[in-house]
Amino acid sequence: MTGWEHFQHMADIGVHGWGASQAEAYEQAALALTAVVADPATVRAETPVPVVCAAPDPELLLVDWLNAWIYEMSTRKMLFSRFAVVLEAGGLRGTGWGEALDPARHHPAVEVKGATYTALKVGREADGLWHARCVVDV
Amino acid sequence: MNLAGLNKVSDYVWRIEPQGAMRVPAVLYADEALLRDMDDKVAEQLRNVASLPGIVGAAYAMPDAHWGYGFPIGGVAAFDPAEGGVISAGGVGFDISCGVRTLYTGLRKPDIEAVKTRLADHLFKTIPAGLGSTGHLSLSIREMNAMLREGARWAVEQGYGTGADLERTEEHGCMAGAEPGRVSVHAKDRQKHEMGTLGSGNHYLEIQHVSAVYDAAIARAYGLEEGDVVVSLHCGSRGLGHQIGTEFLKAMVLAAPGHGLTLPDRELACAPLDSDLGRDYLGAMRAGINCALANRQILTHLTREAFAEILPEARLDLLYDVSHNTCKEEEHRVDGRPRRLFVHRKGATRAFGPGHPALPRPLRDAGQPVIIGGSMGTGSYILAGSGRDLAFASACHGAGRRMSRNQATRIWQGRAVVDELAGRGILIRSPSLRGVAEEAPGAYKDVAAVVDAAEAAGLARKVVRLEPMVCIKG
Repeated sequence: MTGWEHFQHMADIGVHGWGASQAEAYEQAALALTAVVADPATVRAETPVPVVCAAPDPELLLVDWLNAWIYEMSTRKMLFSRFAVVLEAGGLRGTGWGEALDPARHHPAVEVKGATYTALKVGREADGLWHARCVVDV
Repeated sequence: MNLAGLNKVSDYVWRIEPQGAMRVPAVLYADEALLRDMDDKVAEQLRNVASLPGIVGAAYAMPDAHWGYGFPIGGVAAFDPAEGGVISAGGVGFDISCGVRTLYTGLRKPDIEAVKTRLADHLFKTIPAGLGSTGHLSLSIREMNAMLREGARWAVEQGYGTGADLERTEEHGCMAGAEPGRVSVHAKDRQKHEMGTLGSGNHYLEIQHVSAVYDAAIARAYGLEEGDVVVSLHCGSRGLGHQIGTEFLKAMVLAAPGHGLTLPDRELACAPLDSDLGRDYLGAMRAGINCALANRQILTHLTREAFAEILPEARLDLLYDVSHNTCKEEEHRVDGRPRRLFVHRKGATRAFGPGHPALPRPLRDAGQPVIIGGSMGTGSYILAGSGRDLAFASACHGAGRRMSRNQATRIWQGRAVVDELAGRGILIRSPSLRGVAEEAPGAYKDVAAVVDAAEAAGLARKVVRLEPMVCIKG
């Protein structure tokens, strides 16, 4: 039911998450974001970090949500491997669980600069699931 | 790219005439083979840029153009504030003032060969590279603001390099009009521990040798001969620039309707130059430029220290420092009349011609060095501004990717890439083997074809080719 993948973009990487709800699709998209940097299976979901996002529509909210984790990864020097989202009017409250970046164990490949509005799409699709996707700049 | 919609002006210049919402034509500088390899999105994005208010002349694509965010990467567009012109965060890019600087060493190829492995290992230890690496200095808020106001000049005042470096940097190392107060706390947080770090992705520090000289007179003026060794470093404004781009992109999307702007693509988000948001972005973006200039200045100092331990006879004076993600206020003649314009160069290098007053005296007669980064296996080039002022005196910036990162990792293994290059005498040092695979030389277009097209189109003149000997990859 839930899952994530990367999709092709010439210079950068597309992240795509899906699930039974909009919140699940966001959670999975954030996992896809982690996977741009390192294999999420190597990241222990130990320490919770909360984020709050506000945006006027589901697509801008996805970009905000991913940018929140790009900021947390960058300033806390952490990686995250589990996410939870609660949608609210005008935004969301989320939590990510992760641990301190350990280059020897996580083998981080590349740093993400920001989530973009390219190939940005959030919605319920023909398979009945919610999908959330956009390209991230690396 | 489908060439059906393009008018061929010459073998290296193609035009899209204004249609629909386009206010000016689009002009692409490339040969037919490069154009056919370009994504159709480049033409679509150029047409969108040509539709923005206050655009002057044309929307331009350089020979290395590829699909970007709103603006193509390898795009140039100038706007007149007096005609409702806009400034666009996407037209500058996330990595504000990403650029390349090249340092002389005063050494010849055999001098490096004798100590190459030790030097590579020592540079890798000295230069913070890759994700999670932190710089040697941590800035207080007061120091951060001074750095954002003063750029490389601040770095030199702190003991990183000399005043001579500033003369060889665009804007003399300090972008005027920077407003640290317009840079958010989040952006400054992201930069706190990142001063003097290389970053990751396509950023690098390379030891290179001059493998070919194309224009002997300009090469002499630049102080370069075949067999000379130089050091080039490619990086930008790190987390601070990325955060400024992220925040203003959103603010410009949200404010567009209020500014009467209908955007065919949200990535085109922009604001009138004559608006509070436009001025705020300009002040923040200029602070981002200073961050990049200070960062490259600190990395220069670290490089000098590393060389001093192994090759104390080396003298790493700066040849020149260029930025290729910027928006700058410049004077250009349009239809015979000088105009103050805001020139966006997204993945494009400024290329002032001979005699330009902004150039340092020793380089002025030859024209501005235009430093073109290649992939780690192929090579880089130094060109010179042609003086023809095409595309508001701009040229290409690099090879551009030929395939995505995912495709690259399916084809190449990091270890095999490192071994293959080592077999050719090129030492790679990187914290990430996957990063090396994603940056494999074959994932990039042929940089030679790009610079040949830039020269044939008249954007810049080929001066020398540089081949890597050591590459510290972020």
